[in-house]
Amino acid sequence: MRKFREFFIEKLILICGLAAIFFVVLIFLFLLKEGLSVFGTVSPLKFLLGKSWYPISEPAQLGILPLILGSLLVTLGAAAISIPIGVACAVYIAEIAPLKIKEVLKSGIELLAAIPSVVLGFIGMVTLVPWVKSMFHLPTGLTALSGSIMLAFMAMPTIVSIAEDALYSVPKSYKEGALALGATHWQAIYRVILPAASSGILAAVMLGIGRVIGETMAVMMITGNAAVIPQSILVPIRTLTATIAAEMGEAVVGSEHYFALFAVGIVLFVMSFAINVTADLFLHKKK
Amino acid sequence: MVKFSIRALNIWFDAVHALKNVTMDITANEVLSIIGPANSGKTAFLRMLNRLNELSENFRMSGEVKLSRGNIKDMDTELLRKRVGMVFALPLPLPLSIFGNVAYGIKMHGIKNEKRQREIIKQALKQAYLWEEVKDRLDESAFKLSGGQQQRLCIARTLALKPDVILFDEPCSGLDPISTAKVEEAMLRLKTDYTIVLVTNNVKQAARVGDKTAFFLSGELVEIDKTDKIFTTPTDKRTDGYIRGKFG
Repeated sequence: MRKFREFFIEKLILICGLAAIFFVVLIFLFLLKEGLSVFGTVSPLKFLLGKSWYPISEPAQLGILPLILGSLLVTLGAAAISIPIGVACAVYIAEIAPLKIKEVLKSGIELLAAIPSVVLGFIGMVTLVPWVKSMFHLPTGLTALSGSIMLAFMAMPTIVSIAEDALYSVPKSYKEGALALGATHWQAIYRVILPAASSGILAAVMLGIGRVIGETMAVMMITGNAAVIPQSILVPIRTLTATIAAEMGEAVVGSEHYFALFAVGIVLFVMSFAINVTADLFLHKKK
Repeated sequence: MVKFSIRALNIWFDAVHALKNVTMDITANEVLSIIGPANSGKTAFLRMLNRLNELSENFRMSGEVKLSRGNIKDMDTELLRKRVGMVFALPLPLPLSIFGNVAYGIKMHGIKNEKRQREIIKQALKQAYLWEEVKDRLDESAFKLSGGQQQRLCIARTLALKPDVILFDEPCSGLDPISTAKVEEAMLRLKTDYTIVLVTNNVKQAARVGDKTAFFLSGELVEIDKTDKIFTTPTDKRTDGYIRGKFG
């Protein structure tokens, strides 16, 4: 009887595990099937490098280069803001802050992670966008920069908490060894602790960027949604994610436009998959 | 000449009274071995001498510790730790080359001239009995060395800073007998230029290298005397019991 129960539970867990993988594969296959059919009408090269995205004009122009560049620009901007601040914050929490401040900060960061992205987008729309507009004397504040700042806030909790874990798990003896040689606290952090935690910190950064590139709602609300190739960070742009979210509802099922949006999904999938794999490589290198 | 003079030293970690009213002197150019069972306070005592205890937030102390007549409390911790070097139980090379490990400390203390660095590093490696084994592969990773070589690398790293005193915290606990013999040999040679304090769990090691031996038990200094005296005719019955292996 006990053996039977053991057998039953084992198989149940096996089925649950397989189901998760099975559904992921199914979703991926569906995405491929729907997305790849667009290449019957437009060549993959033209699709990826085409400069104009007019999906409902006659004939439709399906070039997603402006969208890719839009996504990359917002992501790079967000990374430039959130990585230095996030890593510095993690160093402060892990190494410098007294116990009480540490706890307050940690729960504060968790709170930041709990804010729904649509709420952040909304707050950004009424505060950040007017500020960017008046700061740089622009015709509109709905720019890539606004999106970058907003997304930096979303990436920061991920970066801070994972980087802090990495710093915390550096053996205490490393720090003592450096201090016993007469290093100052900062010298020990900079030359011993940070290098020892570097792979974990890189993983934290990659996961933060992964979060940014897949983010939809907030960027759709505050980047202006203009599908043109951006010349600077102070112009409206449109991201891959926002394009899918904004247009999927009105695309006719089975039309060229509909398939093109699925193809955009594939591109997005490939990008975030590459980022996650890189992050994983760094994390495993650590172990 | 007295190097360290310790008066009425008490140490607490939260409510735990780790060292109780310890008074003793450490003589220059001698090896002082400190023995005692686990939790006897010997490591807390050692870490007091370079103020490494202060890294724990719950640390408190009373009494005074003087290094060559200056109270260590008034010294800059970085400079104190440069004068009072420490070698840990587990060899702890930094993730750098062999050269980089020894260069780390002196670079930090402002010696930038590469020729000068090479001289200091060569001398330190020689003093630690490691030079002959590594002179042709200074640029290899320090992790490629054996455990005993790594420990001697850590000694060289400390020596490069030209300290007054070197603290050894159970330096041979992870080493095989041959490596242990090499580390001991290095210690004996070093005492002509340095003062050495050795915490060890190995009573025989204390007898081999110590000029003086101190015996700690549950935070108290039971006895400190010439090593020969401690190991032949100790004053306290508890010392006798410990070195004969009756407890601990």
